[in-house]
Amino acid sequence: MSTQSSRLAARAMVAPSVVLLLIWMIVPLAMTLYYSFRFYRLLSPDRTGWVGFTNYLWFFNSPDFWLALFNTLALVGGVLIITVVLGILIALLIDQPVKGQGYLRILVIAPFFVMPPVAASIWENLFMHPQNGLFSAIARGFGAQPILFLEQYPMWSVIGIVSWEWLPFATLILLTALQSLSSEQLEAAEMDGASAFSRFRYIILPHMTRAITVVILIQTIFLLGIFGEIFTTTQGGPGSASTTLPYMIFKQAIAAKDIGRAAAGGIIAVILANIVAYFLMRGLGRNLEN
Amino acid sequence: MGKIQLTKVRKSFGEVDVIPGIDLTIENGEFVVFVGPSGCGKSTLLRLIAGLEDTTSGVIDIDGKDATNLPPAKRGLAMVFQSYALYPHMTVRKNIAFPLKMAGMDQAEQDKRVERAAKVLNLSNYLDRRPGQLSGGQRQRVAIGRAIVREPAAFLFDEPLSNLDAALRVGMRQEISELHQSLKTTMIYVTHDQVEAMTMADKIVVLNAGRIEQVGAPLELYNHPKNLFVAGFIGSPKMNLIEGAEAAKHNAHSIGVRPEHISVGDGPWEGVVGLSEHLGSDSFLKVSVEGIGTLTVRAPGEVNAHHGDRIRLAPAGKIHRFDANGLAI
Repeated sequence: MSTQSSRLAARAMVAPSVVLLLIWMIVPLAMTLYYSFRFYRLLSPDRTGWVGFTNYLWFFNSPDFWLALFNTLALVGGVLIITVVLGILIALLIDQPVKGQGYLRILVIAPFFVMPPVAASIWENLFMHPQNGLFSAIARGFGAQPILFLEQYPMWSVIGIVSWEWLPFATLILLTALQSLSSEQLEAAEMDGASAFSRFRYIILPHMTRAITVVILIQTIFLLGIFGEIFTTTQGGPGSASTTLPYMIFKQAIAAKDIGRAAAGGIIAVILANIVAYFLMRGLGRNLEN
Repeated sequence: MGKIQLTKVRKSFGEVDVIPGIDLTIENGEFVVFVGPSGCGKSTLLRLIAGLEDTTSGVIDIDGKDATNLPPAKRGLAMVFQSYALYPHMTVRKNIAFPLKMAGMDQAEQDKRVERAAKVLNLSNYLDRRPGQLSGGQRQRVAIGRAIVREPAAFLFDEPLSNLDAALRVGMRQEISELHQSLKTTMIYVTHDQVEAMTMADKIVVLNAGRIEQVGAPLELYNHPKNLFVAGFIGSPKMNLIEGAEAAKHNAHSIGVRPEHISVGDGPWEGVVGLSEHLGSDSFLKVSVEGIGTLTVRAPGEVNAHHGDRIRLAPAGKIHRFDANGLAI
């Protein structure tokens, strides 16, 4: 399949979908870019003016923006650390031969099938609720004051909820990596005098680096855009304590009805995502090579 | 250093007795080969000695000490695996140094030992490569290097040559034999290939269904097989086994004649050549003889018999006699 005509045919046949995907990406991006330089409020009849960088400057001058930027990165970083570390530990655990292994794995993977707003509601009302929640019941059982999770530690709570949702994904990917490790390598290491920890450190962990990289890259893409969990629980509050960049854009677009500003925020988010992607690929990209 | 003694060693997986009970002594410095058809329990026996499997009952003594319940690392044995089991993310140098690093040896001593092992195994130019960049034979040598740096009491080889092509296999076979002569360390070698067993071993242990059929020097097994199984397993091509009237003439239930112990020309047996393979040095003939069956004959290269020819054969050499239980008489 590599004669000149077959290559040409392949290109011609792939072209329509490539062009379609390109349009699908370029048009929204171009329109967002266009609106980000316009005065465009849904509640104002005047929608004609170019305003230069005013929309962007509004973000940079808003103290909420820098907090939102920090929160976004904290959410991504926090969830990544929790899911990767716990994911490795759980994968090691459920890789052990036990009875009912199949059911156990389904149970571990189950949270991934719960849709984000539902997961957030479950956590808010069944676990973190100051009156009805499980955690407050436990706290009262010890005679302690219930912790007001969403009021006192809003960002940590959101990180916890999102970690719970993404942990199964990380576990699943890491488990398959673990299962592809040849048992002879582990036995050889055992013969070589490696303790259980050394076997993990020198054999298992290096074997899993590629899978860990995949988990980090894929999760980063999704975590940068986390919205539903915040919307259902803290609404970005108290104040702006748990506002992330996507949530801030949502507030500008839907609450303030300022399309121009929201578009500017969108462009900033795109730039942020590219910066994160650049550093991730520079730091981890070589793990994906052979 | 390196004497291994098995007493009534038994291994069962659930209901199945893989090894129903084995007694065996391996002397210091011996090259012992476990040989048998696949599924005979030879690899399991090796893994029991290595400590990678638990014995169901019985005692394994290494150097006079009971090692039955010792973890693998504490037994002072080194193993070379069938798949080599090299660590793919480490360079050759780090692979070979790994057991030393795990033993907490200082860096200078590690480097010294790695260099020495690399020199012995012709790996000096490859120390900074990764296993993925090496050929099969080189990987094999790295695996052996990782074993010899530890200066173990005994080496365990689990079918180490089965992943190599035929030419390389002969070369590595000689290298391992030479290594044994220079190190003089006990080696236990598992294979299903009786040629490897015959060429390398001081002592061959023939296993069948988890039982030891016979233990002995290669030529002893060849000349005096204790039973039908050993007679059929040792020697290539296989020994001709004849039952019935012809065997009764020799007062036996069955007799065995090796292909190289049959002469072509004149003789009591007459048959038709079915298949002839001319290798130059030898000619292998499959001859169907009336009343006896098909005999394999290893004739000198100059014998020019072809499909359909009628030839006469005579036994010329030892005739092995077996009773109804398959035991040698």
